[in-house]
Amino acid sequence: MKFVDEYRSGEAATAYAEALHDISTSDWTIMEVCGGQTHAIVRFGIDRLLPGCITLVHGPGCPVCVTPVSLIDKAIEIAASPGAVLCSFGDMLRVPGSSRDLFSARAEGGDVRTVYSPMDALDIARQEPESRVVFFAVGFETTAPVTAAAVLTARREKLLNFSLLVAHVRVPPAMEAVLSSPDNRVQGFLAAGHVCTVMGYGEYGPIASRFGVPIVVTGFEPLDILQGIHMCVLQLEKGVAGVENQYGRAVRPEGNPAARALMDRAFVTVDRAWRGLGGIPRSGLGLRPELSGFDAEEHFGKARAELDDVTAGSCLSGLVLRGAIQPADCPSFGRACTPEHPLGAPMVSSEGACAAYYRYGRNREEEHD
Amino acid sequence: MTEKRTPPDGFVPACPVPIPDYPRVTLAHGGGGRLMHDLIERMFVELLDNELLGQRHDGAVVPPVPGSGRIAITTDSYVVSPLFFPGGDIGSMAVYGTVNDLSMCAAHPSALTLGLILEEGLEMELLWRIVQSIAAACRRAGVVIATGDTKVVEHGSCDGIYINTAGIGTVPDGLDPPSPRRVRPGDSIVLSGDLGRHGIAVMAARQGIRFDSPVRSDLAPLNGMVSALIERGIELHCLRDLTRGGLGSALNEIATAGITLTVDEALIPISEPVRGACEILGFDPLYVANEGRFIAIVPESAAEDCVRTIGSFEDGREARVVGRAIEGRPLVTMKSMIGPERVLDMLSGEQLPRIC
Repeated sequence: MKFVDEYRSGEAATAYAEALHDISTSDWTIMEVCGGQTHAIVRFGIDRLLPGCITLVHGPGCPVCVTPVSLIDKAIEIAASPGAVLCSFGDMLRVPGSSRDLFSARAEGGDVRTVYSPMDALDIARQEPESRVVFFAVGFETTAPVTAAAVLTARREKLLNFSLLVAHVRVPPAMEAVLSSPDNRVQGFLAAGHVCTVMGYGEYGPIASRFGVPIVVTGFEPLDILQGIHMCVLQLEKGVAGVENQYGRAVRPEGNPAARALMDRAFVTVDRAWRGLGGIPRSGLGLRPELSGFDAEEHFGKARAELDDVTAGSCLSGLVLRGAIQPADCPSFGRACTPEHPLGAPMVSSEGACAAYYRYGRNREEEHD
Repeated sequence: MTEKRTPPDGFVPACPVPIPDYPRVTLAHGGGGRLMHDLIERMFVELLDNELLGQRHDGAVVPPVPGSGRIAITTDSYVVSPLFFPGGDIGSMAVYGTVNDLSMCAAHPSALTLGLILEEGLEMELLWRIVQSIAAACRRAGVVIATGDTKVVEHGSCDGIYINTAGIGTVPDGLDPPSPRRVRPGDSIVLSGDLGRHGIAVMAARQGIRFDSPVRSDLAPLNGMVSALIERGIELHCLRDLTRGGLGSALNEIATAGITLTVDEALIPISEPVRGACEILGFDPLYVANEGRFIAIVPESAAEDCVRTIGSFEDGREARVVGRAIEGRPLVTMKSMIGPERVLDMLSGEQLPRIC
């Protein structure tokens, strides 16, 4: 398959691994921001090819994982409202809120529908004018432009039965939060390639200089990730901290101006609570005041405002999400916490670090060894 | 060793639906009276008739097969949506699925029962096409419908049509039936073809996803291939058809018998469109459903012969060795495309489409 196979070559991967062994002289801890990258690392065993002095820790880049409990509770409440249709991406349905998840809401008679795009929700609003159709807008800057296009279309078509429960979040403030944490051990970042296809990487220069960390915009295939790590380690070994772009085939410095313009027309930056991380200033997107008619919180009431924490006492997903521990270090991992009975969101979403470790059998390796 | 050919999809013989007065199934068609009698005689017997069904009983007496004293028995229910998908339909699935379950016991499938649960309002023409498909599938697999049952449920109580088939087959005397417990360290794992086509074909038909080159289900009877393996005298330690849960689940089920199985990702054939669809939808093709694929675990010395034998069939031309059994705990491991090995575990829950 073109544009995939050439990035999964075993020979090239071995060559990169050898090059990394050659250049690494100190211990380095590098965080990949995006859950898609975490997934690829564990699936292909990329971390196993690295020299022992390089540790990969997994970042907060799983939108499902960081969506605050208060918004999930709100979505469940909306789903139970008469005449409401709650549209959501599939992997949001099993994420536990404070007492239950959207699957349970559906089982109890709530109208919850899985969609692949906010445009599908828009179609439902067109076809069912009697229903109040709410799209649960989850995701980073990658999915925000499509949400923006949907709400702007709804305004143009005067689809007043369509609204958004907005949970969109921004990556750069989360990276700053990780670096500012007292237990931070991250020395370099692989930035999320797909977020940068939209946003470019102008926002990262100030972070790299302020915290003295190299940031490499990186793709998602095994060779992308190995090359990203190689570029990052080269900087670390030289003692420099700049922004580089490994994912040049998809990312331009300025990103995608059309998509950014759409976002600007629909959203403003707001403070947002992140599940497991707490409140982060200016880390979320909210609807512009002139679009408040399409804000589900205007129609169904505001979500609770308190800062969220993780669900269960024995769940350490907050530490996992900021790279302080690895999923397998959590005492609940694979025991009390499994994808069938998740304690925290990183075990639910396919992009979550805990789910990736579980799915690719890291919980069963001790018995193997 | 050649297979019987089937007519192409969408082939509709000129003969019209034989129940002209009723364009849709009514509750009376399951009521035991004249309408039900008409349905059975003019549609089912018309297309499916054979000596056993001709006994016109609620059961059938099946004569013994000389040299095959043991009987294998299985049952399965079929509830696919949509009823017709590229490469098959619920009718052919109901025949091949049960035939394949018998084949995995190294049995020669001979007779099936056919239980139909019809939803009131089901178009008679659709039922006619499904029964035609059942008849064609029986001919291709060399089995007969020995007896059947029809029920009609109220509109809304089922999704068009549900089918249950049970089947019997005969196991040749002297043949040690394949079983996970017979897998030995050093055995080779032979996979009969590429993975994931059934799951993706049905998913695409359900969701209206279109491909440049449409993905067709791999739905096919496996008894021809298994009979050929038995005739070649290949020692079949374990056979398993890869249905729901795909290769990953099948290997894990076998490993629980007390052995480690290891496969090489780079050797597992997956077609371009299936790989593309899985990449886009976030599915792992190793867990996607198949309806015409199986693995044979055989002694290493027999692996080449096994691959050649399966490969001589149209549906088996991509057969190859993809891994082996090794001494160890009940576990499945896989060498990834870029080298490192990892555990290939059971799938947890359903595969959900992911966000980004």
